[in-house]
Amino acid sequence: MGIVSPGFQGRRRMSGPALPPGQYLTEDFPVLSAGPTPKVPLDDWEFVLGTETGAEFRWTWPELMGLPQETPTVDIHCVTRWSKLGTSWQGVSLDTLLDGVDTAARYALVHSYGGYTTNLPLDDLRGGRAWVAHTYDGVPLPAEHGGPARLLVPHLYFWKSAKWVRGIRLLVDDQPGFWETAGYHDYGDPWREQRYQGD
Amino acid sequence: MAATTTGVPVTEPLTWRVARLVGRRAETPTAQTLVLDVPGWPGHLPGQHVDVRLTAEDGYQAARSYSLAGPADGDRIALTVQRVPDGEVSPYLIDVYAEGDPVEVRGPVGGWFVWRSAETAPVLLVAGGSGVVPLMAMIRARRAAGSRAPFRLVYSARTPSDVFYADELRRRARDDQGLDVTYVYTREAPEGWRGEPHRIGLADVHTHGWPPELEPLCYVCGPTGFVETVADLLVGLGHQSRRIRTERFGPTG
Repeated sequence: MGIVSPGFQGRRRMSGPALPPGQYLTEDFPVLSAGPTPKVPLDDWEFVLGTETGAEFRWTWPELMGLPQETPTVDIHCVTRWSKLGTSWQGVSLDTLLDGVDTAARYALVHSYGGYTTNLPLDDLRGGRAWVAHTYDGVPLPAEHGGPARLLVPHLYFWKSAKWVRGIRLLVDDQPGFWETAGYHDYGDPWREQRYQGD
Repeated sequence: MAATTTGVPVTEPLTWRVARLVGRRAETPTAQTLVLDVPGWPGHLPGQHVDVRLTAEDGYQAARSYSLAGPADGDRIALTVQRVPDGEVSPYLIDVYAEGDPVEVRGPVGGWFVWRSAETAPVLLVAGGSGVVPLMAMIRARRAAGSRAPFRLVYSARTPSDVFYADELRRRARDDQGLDVTYVYTREAPEGWRGEPHRIGLADVHTHGWPPELEPLCYVCGPTGFVETVADLLVGLGHQSRRIRTERFGPTG
């Protein structure tokens, strides 16, 4: 327990089993990004999966839409302490995209249009836990929330769910991404409150 | 891929430190600057923020992030807190928190939305409402470091009485060489102000910012809609995305 601040009561609005420690519930969908919102025309959009040996797998927008689609409903947790429960998405599972990709890599570095990057273990992209999502709440994902498509990895803090996703490079060695280089946690598990390096 | 950060690597775990209130001043009817004494504070860069944690008698805790309002100053830090109606933390900090009382703080956090005094490039700061706080830290740091980097602040506020740091900005605009300050009022302008109240637009950013050829560093901070608008305008005017750093202020009740 921390040092008591005299007279502080609190609202207890954070309480509830669905919320990780230190998070509060929001009904809004706040936006957090480090720079301008890239505008990516669907005709130019592509998603590239690259392996540690240099092999590349590419999907255009129509090709992505032609893959089996899933509709996850998930809770999301931002490191800035808001959580939003029961969000509805549509997208393609990373299991589908990684199917048939021969790799010995253990890490992934995610790239976005606009230059953003984030890293995570490859295992966290497997097992029905990660998607390339293009639809939110039944409508195409707005650009400020990462459209045309963003990564969705809801079991980690939301900065790992890279907006405007452009590709994923599979790596033998871990390589920190944008926020991870700036002092945020390498893994970012909200249930262990891994906000910053050393947590 | 562009935006690799030259951020501040945090090598040690960020620990919670006890901070005590040593002073406060009203900025507007709904915002106050709190000056805290934090023994062992490691220092910070302008633009960084801290987490503030409150603990109730029964152990219940609530934490929020606040931008640091000034440059590093020993064990002293300053936060400007906007009272969020129905908020959990900000009403306590403004109405209840008393001199000498403890809170816990952790930081500094954030290594991207920062300005370094060794930078010589022109700087454009665009603030929406309470988004001025980290930008004010940069303005203060510039003077403290004796930097000659040319700075321009374009500050959008609802009315003149919503302007944070009004007297200091007036003084600095007069005394800090190479600092220009321009206001945009969205609801009500002061008497004698030219033009009508309006939301920030292309003409404001074009007229009072820097031409893209000078490759200024642009910092935009405010509510989401404001930041989206301004960042899009800057891109439209020809500024490179990688030179535009943004921070969005949600309500942090």
